[in-house]
Amino acid sequence: MNTIVETITPTQLENLSRIFSGRILLRREIPLNEPTFQQFLDNQYLIPQKSIIKKLLAHQCMRCGNEKKSLFAKIPCSICNKTHLYCRKCIQMGRVMECEPLYTWGGEPPNWSTYKQPCTWDGTLTQGQLQASNHMVQAIRSGEKEYLIWAVCGAGKTEMIFPAITETLQQGKRICIATPRADVVRELYPRLQKAFEEVPVQALYGGSETKDATAQLIIATTHQLLRFQHAFDVVIVDEIDAFPFHADPSLPYSANRAKKQDSTMIYLTATPRKDHQKRIAKKTLPHTFVPVRFHGHPLPVPKTKICFSLKKDLDEYRLPKAFYNWLPKRENSKRQLLIFVPTIKLAEKMKDSLASILKKEKVISSEAMLTSVHAEDVDREEKVIQFRQKKITVMITTTILERGVTFPSVDVAIVDAGHSVFDEAALVQIAGRAGRSADDPIGEVIFFHDGKTEAMERAIASIKKMNKRGGFET
Amino acid sequence: MNCAWCDTEIILSLSWANLIMLEKEEILCSECKLGLEWINGNRCDRCSRNTTEKRCADCMWWEEKEKNESLQFNYSIFTYNPFMKEVIAKWKYRGDYYLGYIFENYLMEAFKENFSFLKKNGFVVPIPLSEERLLERGFNQAKMIADFLKIETKEILTRLHGEKQSKKSRMERIISKNPFFITESINKPVLLVDDIYTTGTTLRHAARLLKKHGCPNVYALTLVRG
Ligand SMILES: [Zn+2]
Ligand SMILES: [Zn+2]
Ligand SMILES: [Zn+2]
Ligand SMILES: [Zn+2]
Repeated sequence: MNTIVETITPTQLENLSRIFSGRILLRREIPLNEPTFQQFLDNQYLIPQKSIIKKLLAHQCMRCGNEKKSLFAKIPCSICNKTHLYCRKCIQMGRVMECEPLYTWGGEPPNWSTYKQPCTWDGTLTQGQLQASNHMVQAIRSGEKEYLIWAVCGAGKTEMIFPAITETLQQGKRICIATPRADVVRELYPRLQKAFEEVPVQALYGGSETKDATAQLIIATTHQLLRFQHAFDVVIVDEIDAFPFHADPSLPYSANRAKKQDSTMIYLTATPRKDHQKRIAKKTLPHTFVPVRFHGHPLPVPKTKICFSLKKDLDEYRLPKAFYNWLPKRENSKRQLLIFVPTIKLAEKMKDSLASILKKEKVISSEAMLTSVHAEDVDREEKVIQFRQKKITVMITTTILERGVTFPSVDVAIVDAGHSVFDEAALVQIAGRAGRSADDPIGEVIFFHDGKTEAMERAIASIKKMNKRGGFET
Repeated sequence: MNCAWCDTEIILSLSWANLIMLEKEEILCSECKLGLEWINGNRCDRCSRNTTEKRCADCMWWEEKEKNESLQFNYSIFTYNPFMKEVIAKWKYRGDYYLGYIFENYLMEAFKENFSFLKKNGFVVPIPLSEERLLERGFNQAKMIADFLKIETKEILTRLHGEKQSKKSRMERIISKNPFFITESINKPVLLVDDIYTTGTTLRHAARLLKKHGCPNVYALTLVRG
């Protein structure tokens, strides 16, 4: 009976272990026909486990960790002819049903390659970058459980992690870089592949071409971590403070599960949240602070401008008068302009009134040089590219552009900076969009408001503090 | 209670009306509900499509093609707008069964207003899925709709496994062979139900078969006019 498994060669088994190990899979995600699949179960190459378990007061989905009652529902199932639960939370990745187990690999773990000199990037790191990356390498070597890198916006995080990747690959271990947004995965993937030319890299995000995860070096959205269990020796979580990682409890759950028992988690952030700040202060979370941008200039400190009748202006989809007063007085009128607004509706509706005034002020030569962008905008990627290529001069945006995107030379205006969507972290991140290139290392950041909020004050104080720690006079 | 679509909490407004009427509570929040688009104004009296004519061009075409009209008329509730496309895709293809309850009240209402006359001696028949498709999805969305209606359901149709309807072109769908089988003759009027009326071919295939086996009149209730 064991014919199928007996004919499997060690090489085939190694390949299969790369496909299945470290994963947590539904039957339909396992590309084996029924007899082979049964053989794998008999030989305990695949181990079934319950998909939804009952806890004291709730149920839990064993793939995404969901325990929220409203995200479970009952289905009269035509497969098992019983009525039972399924998980609504992670349904986009294929439905987890109570009657169907999840499978994990029970065979030998794969042997990953050991690379001598995997890094083909030939740039150099700044002093600050070097220090942070040395500490990351140390943390990996000594098997530190967690390590946090607090690097200001524009410190050059991507290059900083190259030595950590190199170290992992030299040890013959597996690494995943997880970031909250698919845009960032798409942007980083080619850069990583170029920096590690000989190493197969896979990029995973909703809608990505690759669905398997067989590479030793993986870059993925934090969401995709749901597909893994005890897979990685090193996990680098980028923007640990960002939505949705911060807001969705299933993501820390899955990041934790995706790493191996003995592993190192490295967090990157420019604006650590309270829980991490507390642990840093208590010295229970080892960290390195990188206070200087890669070009060696301080962070631009936001200025505040009070606007009278701001709410009325916004109700009529107009920018406040204070904005138009500031516009002709900008220090460098050649810079592009990013205007942050709190809602999608404002982003869409403000465009018309703004266009005519920008034309009059000769900021733009035609209406096509102004656009707006938000999360529900299908052309959003295209618009960001056009802005980067300077085909667009002025862009109105919601907080979707608050992080992860870099434009070389912009001024930043935040309209209604007192709105609750602009919390401290968001304001610091948005301010960090300015002055990103060595050619134009400064830029103006203006908070237009009708009453200073605590978030605004704290954001400004924290930027000043970071500059001070970087050795700049403020 | 959380919104079935966006999962934000719904603050219930208890009024005498919904206490007395014992209506099923809404499971969409007011914001998500704005995404639903009812078919209103003038509609084709055969297929529910929005039109200024009494009868739309497609239905005229069917009339010419069929000697004996198989389907009396179809009533749909919603337009197939982008929001509805997303909801239906998640409900049917991703298999989020619970989303079907969004439509319970609206289906009950539409039935009451348009098909009360069937209550006494009619049956509702859901458009079936093939065995393979049913095992893949775990449930049949048309059966879910049928079960909302206060009229006896009879699952007397079965379906052969074929290519997905959604992968076929309009013409391919219209000329495709009848995929249905009938397990029991019926001599009472029937209300067919399905989630969506697109070209009307599927429903007419089912209707023809029912009529061939003794059913006097066939009507259709669908959630969406595609
Ligand atoms: Zn789940
Ligand atoms: Zn079941
Ligand atoms: Zn909602
Ligand atoms: Zn019609």
